[in-house]
Amino acid sequence: MTTITFIHSDNRSQSVEAADGDSLMLAALTHGVDGIVAECGGNAVCATCHVYVDEAWTAKLDPVSDDEDALLDGTAAERLPNSRLSCQIKVRPALAGLVVRIPDRQS
Amino acid sequence: MNPTGLSAAVAPAIPRLAIDPFSYAFFDDPYPAHQEMREAGPVVYLDQWNVYGVARYAEVYAVFNDPLTFCSSRGVGLSDFAKEKPWRPPSLILEADPPAHTRTRAVLSKVLSPAVMKRLRDGFMAAADAKVDELLARGSFDAIPDLAEAYPLSVFPDALGLQPEGREHLIPYASLVFNAFGPPNELRQQAIERSAPHQAYVTEQCQRDNLAPGGFGACIHAFSDSGEITSAEAPLLVRSLLSAGLDTTVYGIGAAVYCLARFPDQWARLRADPSLARNAFEEAVRFESPVQTFFRTTTVDVELGGVVIPEGEKVLMFLGAANRDPRRWEQPDSYDVTRKVSGHVGFGSGIHMCVGQLVARLEGEAVLTALARKVGTITMSGTPKRRYNNTLRGLESLPITFTPA
Repeated sequence: MTTITFIHSDNRSQSVEAADGDSLMLAALTHGVDGIVAECGGNAVCATCHVYVDEAWTAKLDPVSDDEDALLDGTAAERLPNSRLSCQIKVRPALAGLVVRIPDRQS
Repeated sequence: MNPTGLSAAVAPAIPRLAIDPFSYAFFDDPYPAHQEMREAGPVVYLDQWNVYGVARYAEVYAVFNDPLTFCSSRGVGLSDFAKEKPWRPPSLILEADPPAHTRTRAVLSKVLSPAVMKRLRDGFMAAADAKVDELLARGSFDAIPDLAEAYPLSVFPDALGLQPEGREHLIPYASLVFNAFGPPNELRQQAIERSAPHQAYVTEQCQRDNLAPGGFGACIHAFSDSGEITSAEAPLLVRSLLSAGLDTTVYGIGAAVYCLARFPDQWARLRADPSLARNAFEEAVRFESPVQTFFRTTTVDVELGGVVIPEGEKVLMFLGAANRDPRRWEQPDSYDVTRKVSGHVGFGSGIHMCVGQLVARLEGEAVLTALARKVGTITMSGTPKRRYNNTLRGLESLPITFTPA
């Protein structure tokens, strides 16, 4: 288990114990974190599991793939340099303490 | 089908059932049979068509997400392309496996991306507003032809860039494609016998010269200029949108309106909060599962749910049964516009998951948003009539009366 903190668009903070190997998106859904919609269920189609990764953590994640990059151009909320799709981030012990912000809308 | 006979091929542990999932009785009420299959075991054998079946969520998900073991290139209907000539040239995306599939899928993903949907959004919303205004003025109408068909026909063929002439072939062609996934029953045979004019129309429309600039079709052809696909492949990829892009959304929107007419408490919640429109549509796709089934073919002997399926067998996935599996869903037989519906397999799952799902959701959201804002009551003013198709579940007729908000 790895502790991940989601910060909602109203600044409410929600920490979850995520299973290693799950995607960040699945961890959010499993723990009832609202605001991660994940319409496509993690198949990298929909861009509705958009998160902003805390600046301190962006470099520690695997880089954005071409597919994810194209999808991020279609996010409902503004794309920022720290935008990621949470279905493409795999939870692992090295991410203990990761903080991500959830945008105000996903569609 | 398994030509070597039944008993040798079927391990004793696999329950054998007499259910015919392509019969009119099944289409009229599939739910008792869905439950029987789910309860019989993780994998069943259907003697009627000599196929393996999976009806629980876990196994349907597993088959979808192991495309090298459960392949699509031997056809996603009952017909095994390794043994039978396909009724039409196979799809380059639906009926293909990696690595060939990876290249064509990437092209359609770009043509139908979230960024493209942003550009279409305002036009699709305005068209839905206009359609609902028109129906409110009429009061009583048939929600299948007048809304579920009329709305997608008012936006999708233009988005694709089709010529105005001949569009009446679109729904019959799609109906043919989805009937043809089924067994050689009356529905499939009749559809193929009547297919020639629809096939001729579609083949012609897929050519580059017939597709308007800026539409999905022209965008697909443009990828042949940059080398991602060949100029011979482009028309067949356009064909995929003509096959799968219209009728499916007709059934999806029809399902949503049918749900809202049957469950007034859910309609009240949607009216109170129109921002639920997109989820209400998604839940209707789970609840009715407009695409009920797809087949895969095993490429090796494979263990699934504790039993072994030999190489070269057809496996039938019951999407509608998985979407109501109580092992996965709380109160699966309730339509709930606030349900966390992510993970349903109404659009499939894995590498073949519906590449046009964003268009479907945009259309569904547009229609349900317009309904929620403008309509007061939705009542059924007659008996709904089912439309029979080997793959698609939906209605032929749904008499509805609207009152304004």
